[in-house]
Amino acid sequence: MSGPLLEVNDLKKHFPVGGGFFSGPAGFVYAVDGVSFEVAKGETLALVGESGCGKSTVGRAILRLFDITAGQVVLDGQRIDDLSADKLRPLRQRVQVVFQDPFSSLNPRMRVRDILAEPIRNFGLASSAADLEERVAKLMDTVRLPREAVNRWPHEFSGGQRQRIGIARALAAEPDLIVCDEAVSALDVSVKAQIVNLLQDLQKELGLALLFISHDLAIVEHMTHRVAVMYLGKIVELGPKRSIFAAPKHPYTEALLSAVPVPEPGAGRQRIILRGDVPSPVNPPKGCRFHTRCPYAFDRCRIEEPPLRPLESGHSAACHLHDLPQAENPLARNRLAAKSAGAAPVSPPFLL
Amino acid sequence: MNAPALAAPAPQDLAVAPDLPDIFPAAKPRGRVWGFVRRHPAIAVGGALVLLMLLMALLAPYLWTVDPTTLATHRRTREPSAAYWFGTDMLGRDIYSRVLFGARVSLIVGFSVALLASLAGLVIGIVSGFIRWADAVIMRIMDGLMSIPPILLAVALMALTRGSVGNVILAITIAEVPRVARLVRGVVLSLREQPYVDAAVAAGTRTPMIMLRHILPNTLAPLTVQATYICASAMIIEAILSFIGAGVPPTVPSWGNIMAEGRALWQVKPYIVFIPAVFLSVTVLAVNLLGDGLRDALDPRMAKEV
Repeated sequence: MSGPLLEVNDLKKHFPVGGGFFSGPAGFVYAVDGVSFEVAKGETLALVGESGCGKSTVGRAILRLFDITAGQVVLDGQRIDDLSADKLRPLRQRVQVVFQDPFSSLNPRMRVRDILAEPIRNFGLASSAADLEERVAKLMDTVRLPREAVNRWPHEFSGGQRQRIGIARALAAEPDLIVCDEAVSALDVSVKAQIVNLLQDLQKELGLALLFISHDLAIVEHMTHRVAVMYLGKIVELGPKRSIFAAPKHPYTEALLSAVPVPEPGAGRQRIILRGDVPSPVNPPKGCRFHTRCPYAFDRCRIEEPPLRPLESGHSAACHLHDLPQAENPLARNRLAAKSAGAAPVSPPFLL
Repeated sequence: MNAPALAAPAPQDLAVAPDLPDIFPAAKPRGRVWGFVRRHPAIAVGGALVLLMLLMALLAPYLWTVDPTTLATHRRTREPSAAYWFGTDMLGRDIYSRVLFGARVSLIVGFSVALLASLAGLVIGIVSGFIRWADAVIMRIMDGLMSIPPILLAVALMALTRGSVGNVILAITIAEVPRVARLVRGVVLSLREQPYVDAAVAAGTRTPMIMLRHILPNTLAPLTVQATYICASAMIIEAILSFIGAGVPPTVPSWGNIMAEGRALWQVKPYIVFIPAVFLSVTVLAVNLLGDGLRDALDPRMAKEV
């Protein structure tokens, strides 16, 4: 099979809210509302967006931590969203997860050895007790922790060390894809850099695919091959990192990028300040979901929802602006203006 | 500084991250008795008092006691003296012996109820924390039981059976179970949302194993603390039941029974009520101290020190 490793088709997850004991739910949170993307073997796809846009829900849906409302999750040509728990269990080996909080992601009542041995035992990867011990020790080497530390408890480690244990646990299953759900967001800057480098090295060594869920664009630019930008449960732009960071094709992406701090004094850029709050996912706006805050919104945006459609090779966006003539498209105009002003519009050397 | 330990050689074929500046905390030297007392004074004092009471109850026959049920009409209501340390009651029975043997009833009831209520509450709580439809049914029943004050419920249950230590234990257990079940259910519900449980699901661990390995061990600390409070509350309820005549039969010496019999003479011979009451208070206080100390000490991050 030479298709993508992971394929997500029109994924929807609606959470019921409200309602009493006898009545049905009063409404739904449209946390994820029709999301499609692919992850190739050995590739990093970053899923970015602000808090509450549904990016973590996508990650948890891929891990089948809950049943999805509609859509498909296809792992290496096999649908996994409708499998029974027993049929799914062996396939879980191929997709593992690293969570944000290094403190709550490790069971405080288990020693490191048992934490790492759990997936190895569950998937029957070790041939003997000695092999199990050897695998655990190798994992500790891989994440650069001393082998003797396997007898310690999680609370004896620092945040960065615990995140390494979390990564080792994900690697223990020998997966093809690791979902990194804000895996470095809770760490301080220097530890963050170590963990990011570790993840990149592991990806090269082991050919891992990563689904890197983050709100930190600096890290994303450093790590990823492709970027998917989410807003209110939908992907608004999807494309290769270079072309998204250089030439965003959606006003939301443009605004997000303008908010990334520039480390050079005096080299401030034109910030695009979005007005208003993110609308509630219980009652998303009609038409384009971003029209309530979009600086370029026009009548059509309030009525018709723009589909995500390809614009350049591998780069798609969901925006009506691209139907306008080139000269009237504010996204293209801004870029030209920035170029002629000689500012540094693309890929500044972000600090990690 | 443990820095050299971190420089463990990594095999050549494996990816490595840069060296870590992190430092492992040096292992604390194992505390001696005094160190333990200084770190956890509540556990030390409470535990010592509970231990003392236990020894007293166990060794009651050897601590210069006489048969606590022997009647002696010729020496009724004697004041405390060298011959009768705590005096005698209105039937001439030695109160010192009755108090020591009475400790057995209180402690057996307290510990049995704590154990039984914890076990039953643990099972009920874990089941209703994991199975949604069972939760709806079980928790309504528990709410119903909780709406009745535990003492009234125990009195009502005792009215259905004849008085014996076993029935008292059963009645108080039923009255205490809902509190434990609620506690465990709440803990389970919050633990279920922990990322490490999600990670275990993603790692292919089956649900029963998740309950056993990831949920159960993390409920034990709050459960232990709750068990000590239940132990104390059970001792009080037992004494109340005996005092109002709904508990253990009057032939069995228990602190509640001694107080009940001394009640009529309260104004002239207050020591008959006073002495067992002091023992009851001290025991309950000791158990509660122990519970408070355990609550502070059983925080998972401090688990190593216990």
